[in-house]
Amino acid sequence: MRQSQFEQRYQPQWHRLEQGLTALEKKQRPKNVDLSRFTGDYQDLCHQLALSRERGYSLVLQDYLNDLMLRAHRQLYRHRAPLMPRLAAFLRGDFPRAVRAMWRWHLISALAFLLSAGLVAAMILHDPELVHTVVDGNGVSDLENMYHPDLRDSSDRNRADDLMMFGYYIYNNVGIAFRTFAGGVLFGIGSLVVMLFNGSFLGAAAAHLTLVGAGQPFYTFVIAHGAPELTAIVLAGGAGLRLGWSLVAPGSWRRVDALRRAARETLPVMYGVFLLLVLAAMIEAFWSSRELDAQIKYTVGGISWALLYVYLLFAGRHGSE
Amino acid sequence: MDVLIDERLHIDTPEGARLTLSLAGPLPRGMAYGIDLMIRALILMVVATPLMLLGRGGSGLYLLLLFLLEWFYPVLFEVFRQGRTPGKAAMGLAVVHGNGAPVGLSGSLVRNLLRTADLFPFAYLTGFVVMLVSSRQQRLGDLAADTLVIHVPAPQTRPAPGDSGGEPPDWPLDRGDQLVLLAFHDRGLRLSEDRQRELARLAYPELTDDAALARLRRVVNHVLGAT
Repeated sequence: MRQSQFEQRYQPQWHRLEQGLTALEKKQRPKNVDLSRFTGDYQDLCHQLALSRERGYSLVLQDYLNDLMLRAHRQLYRHRAPLMPRLAAFLRGDFPRAVRAMWRWHLISALAFLLSAGLVAAMILHDPELVHTVVDGNGVSDLENMYHPDLRDSSDRNRADDLMMFGYYIYNNVGIAFRTFAGGVLFGIGSLVVMLFNGSFLGAAAAHLTLVGAGQPFYTFVIAHGAPELTAIVLAGGAGLRLGWSLVAPGSWRRVDALRRAARETLPVMYGVFLLLVLAAMIEAFWSSRELDAQIKYTVGGISWALLYVYLLFAGRHGSE
Repeated sequence: MDVLIDERLHIDTPEGARLTLSLAGPLPRGMAYGIDLMIRALILMVVATPLMLLGRGGSGLYLLLLFLLEWFYPVLFEVFRQGRTPGKAAMGLAVVHGNGAPVGLSGSLVRNLLRTADLFPFAYLTGFVVMLVSSRQQRLGDLAADTLVIHVPAPQTRPAPGDSGGEPPDWPLDRGDQLVLLAFHDRGLRLSEDRQRELARLAYPELTDDAALARLRRVVNHVLGAT
């Protein structure tokens, strides 16, 4: 068959396909276009493209058919998974299972965080001047202004402030967690550095505020939202380390494939980290800033820690996917 | 299949057909990123003024918006606009999975979370170097998510076959000759009349230029299918 006969015979089919494509590319679910023959036309197109290559039809025709096929392929293999059922399944078990599946990395991340915090805190308790090696001058006075009973002024805090702090916590904390994860791909170094740095800062803040007599307001402020927030940062660090290790020691895979596997495994953890940090920001902005009895704050904080760890350790152990 | 050193990637689809993708290099991608960056800056500027009037609550909303634009602007567009942020759409690019299928939420999220690593230490240096090394123009995020950035063709039209009569060629036609003749037909519209005559002279040195061109056109018509 000559090219012009070939074109004449299949032109109507290509036109029909193009019309369907134009509609599909504009809208997710076009209403007034008949798509019942789309898949059939697409399969025929695959065949026609192969024929046109085999028979040496012009390159322009081949390119035209290839482009048409590419566009059709992009529409046919579009996936549209329902979000809500997946979210429910995720919270019911996928997230804690994903966390437990790589508990070793989370343990390393947690140890890096806690050991650096403990070490720095011990050093500062031993020699208070050392706080200036970890936190700069402005940072120290900011901390004191925020937590010291004599310095801080919380009487005029209102809903607008809460909203501002909520925005700030989301922007800052989720950003840190995402960067901690991404830094892991540089052989895990980025994650580790962030964990050590954040641990040192927390240790320095806690030790310094305890020494200057602002320990109580600091701990009552931190304890409730600390559960989701610190846990989320540790999980982001663990996920980053897992990612980096896949490049350091890929095992029997190619490095690229090992990285892909690691990304697939760690992604559920990162979804969870995001949700945990949103939760933490809500608690931090709208609950932690309330002036309440220390007893109540410690109780609520303790419950928050307990609930979170019961959830992470035991949810989704039994039962189907 | 012969190996070509170009930016094309051949994929075998589940239908058993071979699909050719054309990969996008650093320059168009950088320009698409620049366009997106300007759009984001514009949104922030437009929204900043009314939010400023709301006082401290407004600056909270501003930070929230800043966060969403930084991390989820590309993800939302890539998932809901078939792999194209406004910048990519303007440059005719799209993100797809390694098998040519449209990118999903997970793929898009991985490649955009790891953007930070590609940015390291500044101006996408890591991402740029990895793209040069990678065989499929992928930055780190693309490698981890198994995604590609490709040129998506704009719909195109083809020249109609010529209407003058055909004449069989006076030499045995092989596949290469056929492609050359068809390419001559397809590009005819973009070549000047003089250049066409010049090319025809190469085919028929023994004829005058005008006669050579007329004959070449008839041969092309024959190859296209005219009798």
